[in-house]
Amino acid sequence: MSAPAPLAAFACVLRRDLLLALRRRSDLATTLFFFVIVVSLFPLGVGPEANLLRTMAPGVVWVAALLASMLALGRLFAGDYADGTLEQLVLAPHPLGLLVGAKVAAHWLVTGLPLVVLAPLLGLAFDLGPRALGVLALTLLLGTPTLGLVGAIGAALTLGLRGAGALLSLLVLPLYIPVLIFGAGAVEAVANGLGPGAHLSVLGALLALAVFFAPWAAAVALRISLE
Amino acid sequence: MNLFYYAAPHTFYPLAGTMARVFYALAVVLGAIGLYIGFFVAPTDAQQGEGYRIIFIHVPTAWMSMFLYVVMAFWAAVGLAFNTRLSAMMAQAIAPTGAWMTFLALWTGALWGKPMWGTWWVWDARLTSELILLFLYLGFMALQAAIDDPRRADRAGAVLAIVGVVNVPIIYFSVQWWNTLHQGASVSLTRSPSMATTMLWGMLVMALAFWMYCLGATLTRVRAIILERERRSDWARDLARGAKAGREAAA
Repeated sequence: MSAPAPLAAFACVLRRDLLLALRRRSDLATTLFFFVIVVSLFPLGVGPEANLLRTMAPGVVWVAALLASMLALGRLFAGDYADGTLEQLVLAPHPLGLLVGAKVAAHWLVTGLPLVVLAPLLGLAFDLGPRALGVLALTLLLGTPTLGLVGAIGAALTLGLRGAGALLSLLVLPLYIPVLIFGAGAVEAVANGLGPGAHLSVLGALLALAVFFAPWAAAVALRISLE
Repeated sequence: MNLFYYAAPHTFYPLAGTMARVFYALAVVLGAIGLYIGFFVAPTDAQQGEGYRIIFIHVPTAWMSMFLYVVMAFWAAVGLAFNTRLSAMMAQAIAPTGAWMTFLALWTGALWGKPMWGTWWVWDARLTSELILLFLYLGFMALQAAIDDPRRADRAGAVLAIVGVVNVPIIYFSVQWWNTLHQGASVSLTRSPSMATTMLWGMLVMALAFWMYCLGATLTRVRAIILERERRSDWARDLARGAKAGREAAA
């Protein structure tokens, strides 16, 4: 039997990961609840004044999204590493970068996309205008895949290490800074009556760069970790 | 002479010792000259008084902090591509010196900022990117420290250093963009007043002194790493035995 085409392998890994995630729904809820809780801690910390909260909202939602997607990274490869699936993926006749891309895509669909959907609701609680809410969702839609892709490199490097969670945050958070700046910046620009176009373009460019390079770098890192 | 003769750790070890001594001596001499120019020859600044003299430490450390990251990534990449042990050891040895230079640059910057701007810290683009650079160094060191197998540590660290060096310009420009969008810092760092020639000379000599110090410190550290990793080899054992015999003879 000849090996299936690369795209078929991509779809196969994607379907498998989605199925596994749907069988364990409580894991997904944890990330989402974490996101909501972090966002709602800020008004408690700085006080309920509406003007202050409105200025802070883009940054707060974005930082919470950053932390939530970082928290979810630990699960990206850990399960497959523990039961040996990852070694099979590495041995598969397809480019490992492609399979890693499929895993990241599935991971984003179950952990990133819910954040995108939920964020406008949280923004509403911070009294953001309708246009700013739309842009907030749009920036998260462009930004969270980049977070997942860059984070995959960190997750692959820290696979199976002592204290991998804390180490992962140290490695990955500095690399998330550009996405944070342009994501929160776009919403802020809209809130101040400016156009978000330039920010969104840069977010799109970052995503394009990450889609191109990150799966490959993560594949190299996985091979190193599995040796 | 074979150019790669010194690529083997046991031939590089004695060479690194000699070079480290030379670089340390140069660092002391150049540092003395630079500090003399800085304290006694360079004139008092018209606007900043005597406080500006910290520039002779601050600017060289900031230069070295950025330069060393690139050098570290270079050696890490060479180690990953050609599987040369010494390159990876060099990358590992550079990291603490680079982190130290970054910390010094931030620290002296804070000391300079307090009398000049009235504040220890502003969220200026340069300061923020320097802080992020410190995080990148610490991440590299933490990753290498967390992996027990030195071979995996080298290669994982190399991937991280390369990803980091690709990201440094992106981070730098995004931080600059962020800074222009937010209310800018009240004092611009980029609009530096034209400098007196003696000040410039003092700074350049101090930069060379720091360069020599970084080379010396890195080579000393790489010697320690070589010994630690080659501790099971014959030449390292002979060396340790010789050192022990020497101590006993002296006692």
